[in-house]
Amino acid sequence: MAPVIEVRNLRKTYGSVAAVDGVSFEIAAGEIFGMVGPNGAGKTTTIECIEGLREPDEGSVRLLGMDPRAQREAVAQRIGVQLQECTLPSRLRAGEALDLFGAFYQRQADAGELLQLLGLTDKRAAPFAKLSGGQKQRLFIALALINQPQVVFFDELTTGLDPQARRAMWDLVRQVRDRGCTVVLTTHFMEEAERLCDRVAIVDHGRIVALDTPEALIRSLGAERRLVFTLPESTLDQEVRQPPTLAGLTQVSRVERSNNHLLVYGHGERFVSSVVSTLEDGGVPFLDLRTEQPNLEDVFLALTGREMRE
Amino acid sequence: MKGFAQLAATNLKLYLREPITVFFTLAFPVMLVLIFGAMYGNEPLALFGGYGSMDISMPGYTALILGAVGLLTVAINTSSYRESGVLRRFRATPLRPVTYIAADVTGTFVMMLAGMVPLLLAGWLLYHVRFEGQLPSVFLAVLLGGLAMFSVGYLIASLAPSARAAQVIGMAIFYPMMFLSGAGMPLEILPATIRRIADFLPLTYVVKLLRGLWFGETWGQHLLETAVLVGILGVCTAVAARFFRWE
Repeated sequence: MAPVIEVRNLRKTYGSVAAVDGVSFEIAAGEIFGMVGPNGAGKTTTIECIEGLREPDEGSVRLLGMDPRAQREAVAQRIGVQLQECTLPSRLRAGEALDLFGAFYQRQADAGELLQLLGLTDKRAAPFAKLSGGQKQRLFIALALINQPQVVFFDELTTGLDPQARRAMWDLVRQVRDRGCTVVLTTHFMEEAERLCDRVAIVDHGRIVALDTPEALIRSLGAERRLVFTLPESTLDQEVRQPPTLAGLTQVSRVERSNNHLLVYGHGERFVSSVVSTLEDGGVPFLDLRTEQPNLEDVFLALTGREMRE
Repeated sequence: MKGFAQLAATNLKLYLREPITVFFTLAFPVMLVLIFGAMYGNEPLALFGGYGSMDISMPGYTALILGAVGLLTVAINTSSYRESGVLRRFRATPLRPVTYIAADVTGTFVMMLAGMVPLLLAGWLLYHVRFEGQLPSVFLAVLLGGLAMFSVGYLIASLAPSARAAQVIGMAIFYPMMFLSGAGMPLEILPATIRRIADFLPLTYVVKLLRGLWFGETWGQHLLETAVLVGILGVCTAVAARFFRWE
């Protein structure tokens, strides 16, 4: 099946800064595709080029088999867009906004149903300016779905939402996809990308530095796991500064000490059990044992040498 | 078409919720009738060609509404919609720019017509003001004058660097015109030097055209005013279209 979105060598420069510096990828029908990266990485410019809102300097974009610039109107009829920076007239009511935007499209979703889906039913008559940040965000998401789009773009899907609303939004996005809609989203929450997206493109300085399923990206790190435990106060300043027995295990790659936490890195099936039994055999007391899987945050760190910042 | 109608109706609704617009289009002209009516009454005067002060104020105040809506409402709304990102959101829909503008103009024009109702009612009920023109002719003049003023508003919105600047420019053009173009007060009572300034103000031509047609003169007697307004409309529309930005 032909991909829903095809981006070839996309380039967009502002002044001397290459916001998007040669990006290529494809998105298949029914995917939830995420672009993650810090602010200014080029995510928004990329998806606005795909939507046809910006003209690329170089490269080509096909969306639903069309050119989003040349066939702007036909493309706009079939996609939904949630923009990062926009607003509505302050005195426009939530329900009126859905009626108004619905009138621009041939296909129209049920406005009442959308308000309910996004928990805005009791805000139908509220003026836009009186909505909270999260409610505005949810209204824009409703507007992006008003034409029952085939492809929907969410730019910073859950910015401004509290953690509970964020999880509810993830469920909503999955529902939208289950109805056959392809979802393209940008986020700077790594957890969101990891939990929600089928495939993730990690973007930095206008380039895609990695693109795969979240699991594969994490596996590509070498599957190093981390074991963290706390040493009781009594053992501080004693011989367990660097238990030599742990570093000698084949499953352990390195041991780090920070204050009274001991961090053991390693891999393999018997990694955890071997560390625990070695500590017990050596009579080293420990508290609060927990294992940590690497996540996308670690992938980003490994690929770019920088922490993802909020 | 569905989008056009919905957008025009929504714009009209939003205007009616905007206190400044409501004041300038609906309340302010009536206030002028009450204040200047109380001061001057409506006795026929030779100075005004046998018409009363209120008689000749009706087309003037109508022009005032056109100027206020064009230079204040259109300029401020359009530029603040751009600055705040409202236009950006519209741009992400299949809505065509020309449809957006047409719907905006239509909503604004209906708002302006709505503003004429309390004005004319007040004039008629309180002072039995005279109307000797032909309705379709006067309507056409209102339409031409309105579109010309709106086009100046879009021009300001297109060229102004910010919404704040558009507001200042709109006010800087509107307030002098209110007093010097014959809209707020008849040109006959102003000194000759000021009347010469009036020749350079766009609103003057709206006032002259409206006043002529209002009292039964023909378009043929107002070719200059018509030409000036068509010229303003054409030039401002072309320049505004050239420099218009969605964001």
